[in-house]
Amino acid sequence: MKNNNRYQREPLTDTQLLMSITIVIFVVMYLLAMIILQGGFLHPQQIFDMLNDNASLIIVSCGLTVVMIGAGIDISVGAVTSLVVMSCVMYLNNGGSIAGSVFLALCIGLAFGMMQGFLISYLDIQPFIVTLAGMFLARGMTTILSVNPQKVEHEGFAALRSIKIEINALGYTAPNGNFIPARMELGVVVALLCIVFIFILLKYIRLGRGFYAIGGNQQSALMLGINVKRTRFLSYIISGVLSGISGYVFMMHTGAGNATNAAGMEMNAIASSIIGGTLLTGGVGNVLGTFFGTLTLTTIKKIVVSSGLNDPWWQSITTGGMLCFFILLQSVVLNRRNRKK
Amino acid sequence: MKNKKKSFGGLGQLTIPVIALCLLVIFNLVRDMLFIYYFKDPNYVSFFSIELTKNNLDNMVFAGNLISIINGASELAILAMGMTLVTAACGGQDISVGAAAAIAGSVFVKIIKMSPWVNGIVVLFAFVCACIVAMIFGSFNGTLVAIFKIQPMIATLILYTCGRSIAYWINGGATPTVSSPVISAIGSFIPGIPIPTPVLIVIAMAIVFKLLFKFTALELFTQSVGINQSAARLNGINSTFIKLLSFIILGVCVAVSGCIGVSRLGLINHETLLLDIEMDTILAVAIGGNNLGGGKFKISGSILGAYVIQMLTITLYSMKVSSTDVKAYKAIVIILLVVIGSPVVKEKFGKLMSKLLGNRSKTAVKGA
Repeated sequence: MKNNNRYQREPLTDTQLLMSITIVIFVVMYLLAMIILQGGFLHPQQIFDMLNDNASLIIVSCGLTVVMIGAGIDISVGAVTSLVVMSCVMYLNNGGSIAGSVFLALCIGLAFGMMQGFLISYLDIQPFIVTLAGMFLARGMTTILSVNPQKVEHEGFAALRSIKIEINALGYTAPNGNFIPARMELGVVVALLCIVFIFILLKYIRLGRGFYAIGGNQQSALMLGINVKRTRFLSYIISGVLSGISGYVFMMHTGAGNATNAAGMEMNAIASSIIGGTLLTGGVGNVLGTFFGTLTLTTIKKIVVSSGLNDPWWQSITTGGMLCFFILLQSVVLNRRNRKK
Repeated sequence: MKNKKKSFGGLGQLTIPVIALCLLVIFNLVRDMLFIYYFKDPNYVSFFSIELTKNNLDNMVFAGNLISIINGASELAILAMGMTLVTAACGGQDISVGAAAAIAGSVFVKIIKMSPWVNGIVVLFAFVCACIVAMIFGSFNGTLVAIFKIQPMIATLILYTCGRSIAYWINGGATPTVSSPVISAIGSFIPGIPIPTPVLIVIAMAIVFKLLFKFTALELFTQSVGINQSAARLNGINSTFIKLLSFIILGVCVAVSGCIGVSRLGLINHETLLLDIEMDTILAVAIGGNNLGGGKFKISGSILGAYVIQMLTITLYSMKVSSTDVKAYKAIVIILLVVIGSPVVKEKFGKLMSKLLGNRSKTAVKGA
């Protein structure tokens, strides 16, 4: 990457540098897996499976990236996802319509985003505490709705769930001679749309540049004439709405609501954002990096499983080790750059 | 050093926890009154009743809601003490305390299991080993934070992700049990003393911290590192060492609370030991009026904060709220508390009061 610098007119920004490290590592890791482990990694369906399973995580991470760029944190996202799943399942089972359930999901997300955003930006309370309370509230409300797992029994929704986008070009022929096309769920499309939307927002729209400004230095952002409070408020609203959408996508994937749904999702989302090069101090980050961060995190888990480390503890120990590696790498790279300046 | 910015009541940063405790006490008093004098419910037991009963080992022990509050909050209070130091020095929180406590507990059980007999010395040795392991993990976190300059929450995310799995690994995929009079004495009661042992351990830890602050300059150094690191460095304070030290001290707290947690149940379950305690600990620090961004701190505030959280939980339990639903009510109370404590609301409230009371009290509000 250092050689590339010479041919560019401007040196890479921190955001671009961290993101390109992630992408390079992801590609190298996947290629190594393809060469050494072979098996499922040779089929394109592996990537689609990873996307299908993690569509909601990707959406949540996008929202979290926006909040983290604005130097905030939102740990309520997993709990809101779970609340949305449970309430939409209950709503559909009690004779609701699909449009109504989508509306409900968006409203719950928006309500949490607005509540947390108001408390954080206008009342100046620490984001960690507010979103921790939001997390408790959403988890508690989920169990108040139902402690037992609920399955969706709605015909329209079942039809919606079964829609899968089939890509013949990337399919493969199974050993028994059947041709299996690559399958992608609707949720993945939603996730990709979210990524595109957030990418455009962060890159080309004034509000998105404002997130970087308030994350980088709040005082200078204020002097530039940015409405800091409103910008921060909006960042939490985006994160809230995206967790609402993520809840709906989660429900489309699992088709059932459970009080332990999306447990620990907030930490996975934070980890994805960090691997993707977003700094918790704010001002640095990119949503494409987050996308690859999620993929990297998933690939590590897949590699551990397929390389035969079957003991239940290896998955999270390797994830932790990988996280450690990325965090140290970022720290070393950024420190070295800052010293050069 | 006098605190110039004292809020109303002169309690300083202890205002929020004290108000919260008072509100909870008043709430329970009112509920007691209602049930005893209005509904005349004969089966109702007052929230504040403490009775001396015999436990299953034929010891005379205290029992009641208040006892279960101060007993149940022990691990939380011990962790909150260490977390306050880390918060003050680094301006961030350690979210791996629950996972680290699971590791410490596993080491504790593993060493007791290795010995053919269990007596006080073996338990002490096991505890020291657990302490050393927890301190090693603490210094791992501390190194990432102090030397590599990573934000504490991200640095400890690593151990948070894999800590419980490491504990599982140490146990070899099982949940071993230990049973011995020594262990049960640590977890519940020492024969002849009616007060739960964890409470005594909390008191001992608090005294240790008090002595530490009295005879060393740790408090001053930690605060100065937290307020302005470069200024502290220019004054000859080794900020890297202070940060590292705060994580190592937290490691000791983690080991103590992990061992208490194991001794209470007599078994180690890597999944459920001190589950979600990291969130409660950070909450206790925040309710205690400490700034989560570092700087000035008061350990007593955090301890009070821990008791506020436990009292809230026990109050909800006594109102027959199921343990899974408690979180929602807890959240509402937390939001109310932080809104009351927020500087913006205080200012608005002050202005409103001065408008209502006329100009006379304006100066008083300004001084507040």
